[in-house]
Amino acid sequence: MKKWIEICGGLEKRTKKKAFAAVVLTAVLGLTACGGGDISSASNGGGSSAKCGAFNVAVNPWVGYEADAYVVGTVAKAKLGCTVNYKTLKEEVSWQGFGSGEVDAVLENWGHPELVDKYIKQQKTAVDAGPTGNTGVIGWYVPPWMAKKYPDIADSKNLNKYADMFKTSESGAQGQLLDGDPSYVTNDEALVKNLGLNFKVVYAGSEPALIQAFRQAEQNHTPLIGYFYEPQWFLNEVPLAKVNLPAYTDGCDADAAKVACDYPKYDLNKIVSTKFANSGSPAYNLVKNFKWTNEDQNAVAGYIAKDNMSPDAAAQKWIDANADKVAAWLK
Amino acid sequence: MSTIAGARERAAEPATRPPTAVPGEPAPREKAGALLRRRWRPLLLAAVVVVWLVLWAVLKGTQTLELGGAEKTGVHLWLNSLRDAFDAARTNSAFFEYVVQPITDGINGLVTFLQNLFSQAPAGRPVPQVGWLGVVVLLAWVTFAFAGLRSMLLVAASVLLFGFFGYWQQSLDTLIVTFVAVGLCTVLGLPLGIWMARSRRASTAITPVLDLMQTLPSFAYLAPLALVFGIGPAAAIITTIIYALPPLVRITEHGIRNVSPTTLEAVTSMGGTAWQTLTKVQLPMSRRTIVVGINQSTMAALSMATIAALINGPGLGQPVLQALQSLDVGSAFVSGLAIVLMAIMLDRTTTAASERSSIAARVQRGGGALRGPRRRRLVVVAGAVIAAIAIYLSHSYLTLAQFPASPNLGSPLATAVSTIVQWIVTTFAGFTGWLKDTVTALLVNPLESLLAQSPWWVLAFVLLGVALALGGLRAAAITVVCEAVILGTGLWNESMKTLATTLVATLLVVLVALVIGVWMGRNKLADSVIRPILDAFQTIPSFVYLVPALALFGPTRFTAIVAAFAYGVPIATKLVADGIRGVSPVTVEASESMGTTSWQMVSKVQLPMSRAAVVLAANQGLLYVLSMVVVGGLVGGGGLGYLVVSGFSQSQLFGKGLAAGIAITALGVMLDRITQHTAARLGRA
Repeated sequence: MKKWIEICGGLEKRTKKKAFAAVVLTAVLGLTACGGGDISSASNGGGSSAKCGAFNVAVNPWVGYEADAYVVGTVAKAKLGCTVNYKTLKEEVSWQGFGSGEVDAVLENWGHPELVDKYIKQQKTAVDAGPTGNTGVIGWYVPPWMAKKYPDIADSKNLNKYADMFKTSESGAQGQLLDGDPSYVTNDEALVKNLGLNFKVVYAGSEPALIQAFRQAEQNHTPLIGYFYEPQWFLNEVPLAKVNLPAYTDGCDADAAKVACDYPKYDLNKIVSTKFANSGSPAYNLVKNFKWTNEDQNAVAGYIAKDNMSPDAAAQKWIDANADKVAAWLK
Repeated sequence: MSTIAGARERAAEPATRPPTAVPGEPAPREKAGALLRRRWRPLLLAAVVVVWLVLWAVLKGTQTLELGGAEKTGVHLWLNSLRDAFDAARTNSAFFEYVVQPITDGINGLVTFLQNLFSQAPAGRPVPQVGWLGVVVLLAWVTFAFAGLRSMLLVAASVLLFGFFGYWQQSLDTLIVTFVAVGLCTVLGLPLGIWMARSRRASTAITPVLDLMQTLPSFAYLAPLALVFGIGPAAAIITTIIYALPPLVRITEHGIRNVSPTTLEAVTSMGGTAWQTLTKVQLPMSRRTIVVGINQSTMAALSMATIAALINGPGLGQPVLQALQSLDVGSAFVSGLAIVLMAIMLDRTTTAASERSSIAARVQRGGGALRGPRRRRLVVVAGAVIAAIAIYLSHSYLTLAQFPASPNLGSPLATAVSTIVQWIVTTFAGFTGWLKDTVTALLVNPLESLLAQSPWWVLAFVLLGVALALGGLRAAAITVVCEAVILGTGLWNESMKTLATTLVATLLVVLVALVIGVWMGRNKLADSVIRPILDAFQTIPSFVYLVPALALFGPTRFTAIVAAFAYGVPIATKLVADGIRGVSPVTVEASESMGTTSWQMVSKVQLPMSRAAVVLAANQGLLYVLSMVVVGGLVGGGGLGYLVVSGFSQSQLFGKGLAAGIAITALGVMLDRITQHTAARLGRA
């Protein structure tokens, strides 16, 4: 503190112009600084970071994933003293990062057999770290008002009956099947063809586009049928109803051109880099033990997307309310 | 507001470069057939259209080269395997070890160093080395020293606003990334531009590469780039450089080449060496143009902020993307506004700095120290002392280091914007739905059917005929090459769909640009009110207005057209306005004295006399629209844009996505050259 008083005093001795500057500066300081704490005395945050070190979490661009990443990250930071680096990346780029050590963990993986094949089987830079406990469901959905008004729409056999209703400026004479979160493989073109549906697949192009379309459809009671998936925070806002396609059986989707069955259910899992798995980092243990339910994830995702909380704050809120679950991950 | 405008006009430089040679009109030698010779262009155009319509009616839907969503051609698979081979070679290749790795490490090291100084806490400290007070005072001082008092106030206010919006750290990260990227662009771009100015051969060889760098959508190469340069600032900065380098190189080349030949002759006759000519004459005389180039490069770099965030590029792009994920229009707007603010701040400051430097250079040459500069120098020195003190204090005291949490302007602004957008959406949804359906039914669908449902060879000849009629032989030659490339990508049908939406969007852009541009050109007040709005639309990341656009129009091709329209209108409007204003006042006065009405003045005098500017506006509007194809793919535009996006998202579609990107480039080059040659022809006529 002594030095700073010297500066404040020293300034006033200077020449006229500089004195003016000093007055300005002192005014600024008076407003903000003089109550300020000294940084060297301020606590260092993190705690003992020596043991864990850096923990690089890929954050894939959807809110549910963000919930996973920040809950695990917040626990790693608070309980294990890790330095957590969140890296916003698309799935494929995240997997690329395993080899170079820039990414330690992907916390919600939706199948991706081609990436599994390339990075786990061939390059051996990544390993499976077990399920997240979340079940991924992919399929065709309609807004709740439609499910209520047309109960038999839930069966894909009846879809042709309603095809006219789903016509849009994009689909011409056929009904529109709104597809296209580009991140995920869809069989929908083949499905429409093989199930003999009078529909045309229209690519919305992004998750926000899909969500916005469903939101409007429910608000204005306009007809819409489209590709969607759970867990997804938006389903807490508008509980879309799933349309049943012919049930999935093992291998019914083997030939992409001949698919005529529903999508399989995915046990979402975690993938970590081989280096990280062998590093003995306590964060690896945490990742391996991390497991929760679709409701848990939707709660955190809802805090972020609907209540506009920061991902950090949202994660903290859930952690505070679920101390027992968190404790189980740390064993 | 003039320079962002000027800036952007040159950002898509290919258009402003006049073609090197244009085929002359055939000179009529004999009376018979003279009419045909003089009028061959409109006749050819009409013939092409008639034949096209007939063939379309007969052959509709055959040989359209349609490719299903998941289908891939050999080229796509080959591109995939190329990427895989690359991935495999990365670990044990000398090139990677001794060339790529040092570059990556160097850039990452530099960025991390700057981040630890200004924006992110280094190990062992809870806050960065220099706190907010230090940053504000330092930036203010630097601006004062180079650009003067007014710029200083602008910078200080903007930087404080970044903090009050709640994006202090992200804003500084964006500044750092922009600074490093533009710095590297200057180091690479200046010598390249000089070389191109001095050697025609270099110019011819490098220009297509620059075209490619500017028109290939970055989505198409983002993933492999992250493979080469890792995940982090380096890859983000390289992506930025790819897009920001071309304008700088082109403007530098242009500036040096335009140094008066008489001056150069004088220097040569006095026995100056090539080196002397360059350093003593060419560089100093083109200094202002070069600064414009750096300014352009800065704006282009900023426009990459959101894209770079997709591969973990630090900065303001991250909150924009995050807000988009939860459809939070308000937050997306505030972070987008911070980017706009930064663009304005950097634009005005670099412009002021370049003006000051040229004045200073003149004063220096004039000799004799004036009283003003000496006083200024004293103030600058005093400022340095203050800055040093501020840096020290903000290094040591927490309140001066951490940006205060209040007043928080960001959250209320975000809430207000969300509310307003919600109101607009609920109020106008009916009307916008009607508008969408009408435009789609009357314009988009017929055009798409004509372009995408014609057999490919019919359309190839149609495009060739149009190019020949409008642009001449050279344009036709380039069209052939581009068509071959599009065929090679295996995405002919998708390309024609994209061409259809692009043409509709461009048509709307030109119509609106003509109306507003004429108004701005004739009315100073209108100009000063509208220009800032146009500037904002050019710099705000399009991701910000995608969600409201989706709410109004749904995921449709029309939404993609709207997004492209919003981005294309500003540039075209400004060019039209400048063209109208450029009409010689003598002509205007002369016609006024003859008692022409306003309508006659516009339609008979001002528009015809600025027709080259109007075609240039169409050309720029078109290129800007085309650069939004990928964004359009995110909101239902389909076509090539969606393929590029899915190629970035799914590794097995990488090759197809890259091929789609190449097809976009080919479309862009083709349309650009046709309109450019047309503009050049009209300019001479």
